[in-house]
Amino acid sequence: MDMEPIWLSIRLAIITTVFLLFIGIPVAYWLSRKQNIFKLIIEGFITMPLVLPPSVLGFYLLLAFSPKNGLGIWLHRNFDLQLVFSFKGLVMASIIYSLPFMISPIKAAFSHLPKSLSDASYVMGKSKIQTFFYILLPNIKPSIFTASVLTFAHTLGEFGVVLMIGGNIPGETKVASIAIYDAVETMDYGSANSYALILFAITFIIVIGVFVLNRNAVKNPFE
Amino acid sequence: MIKIDVVKKIGNFDFKVNTTLQLNSTTQITGPSGIGKTTLLKILAGFIQPDLGTILVNSDVWFDKEKKISKKVQERQIGFVFQDYALFPNLTVKEHLKYGTSDLKYVDDLLELGEMTHFENRLPKQLSGGQQQRLAMLRALSTRPKLLLLDEPFAALDTELKKRFITQLKHLFVEQKTTIIIVSHQENELGDDNALEFKLTNQ
Repeated sequence: MDMEPIWLSIRLAIITTVFLLFIGIPVAYWLSRKQNIFKLIIEGFITMPLVLPPSVLGFYLLLAFSPKNGLGIWLHRNFDLQLVFSFKGLVMASIIYSLPFMISPIKAAFSHLPKSLSDASYVMGKSKIQTFFYILLPNIKPSIFTASVLTFAHTLGEFGVVLMIGGNIPGETKVASIAIYDAVETMDYGSANSYALILFAITFIIVIGVFVLNRNAVKNPFE
Repeated sequence: MIKIDVVKKIGNFDFKVNTTLQLNSTTQITGPSGIGKTTLLKILAGFIQPDLGTILVNSDVWFDKEKKISKKVQERQIGFVFQDYALFPNLTVKEHLKYGTSDLKYVDDLLELGEMTHFENRLPKQLSGGQQQRLAMLRALSTRPKLLLLDEPFAALDTELKKRFITQLKHLFVEQKTTIIIVSHQENELGDDNALEFKLTNQ
């Protein structure tokens, strides 16, 4: 059995999770502060991948990234980036697709921190940045961990968006979920079973890991 | 002098305060439950912005709605003891104090004053209610504030401990010339014969 699709899936999931950590934490913090209509609309967009069929998202991303359209031409001309049918395109699509999985739990955690916690820090002369790094962020560590795991697992199992954007190029865009589909299409149930079993095992270990690490928390870590 | 003349709308209720409080002394704010004693402390601290009015501390403008002035919380040089303590769950007792000052000698003095030296490496969740409340007070003192705002700061302490703690605190207040504004249900909570009283009423 060719292990390349499994490694490709893991690589995609790791890169996506790291990128989303850097994007997700500040965005989640910003969203958790005072609400206004503009923020609601932004949050709506971020949440869309949760409810939208992946093929719909994949279709529009395919159009957007296409070298024949505005964004695609611009990316190609300025950054020599070709996002359709490439690993970079998969990373970009996965970041958009998994946004809500990273942002929602972290935003909820920031919102649940009592306001008096940051007030207590400000009153001690600490700036917003100092308060964020020394007080707020350390106190939502479990949620950041859960959000990262959810993002990783979600990206690992991604299918629709990947198929639309990346196609099925071995070593480049043929991730594990595509390899399963591909194997079933060619009636190679043995390979399909091996890929499926590995994905199942990895995901199961991750879920159990989260439960073990959060065993002292009152709530279900996935709530 | 602290001159306060502010209005803040809270729900359907207009919270109005117009008074002058003395510096370098202790003022106890009294009044029935729900009248806005905590709100007044939070307005003074800058956590809540009034809808109208001014706050002057001597000639320094802390708040002026018309002139759109609101001095930053960080620049008011105050200490605040929250009713719910608002301790930092990720910091140990000693780290709480080191967050406010880099003077390690002072940190040790405060720990001793609050009889907390033995618990210096504990997190808030490993402390009893009384210890948490003492830590909240010590943390507020760690920045050597000019103005100390206390919201029911001794409610969780037993009589003996409270007496000892207050005696120690009073020495420090005199030494640092701290102005104290305290909200408490206990009459003359600090046992200060010169303490002033400001009664909040429904204006």
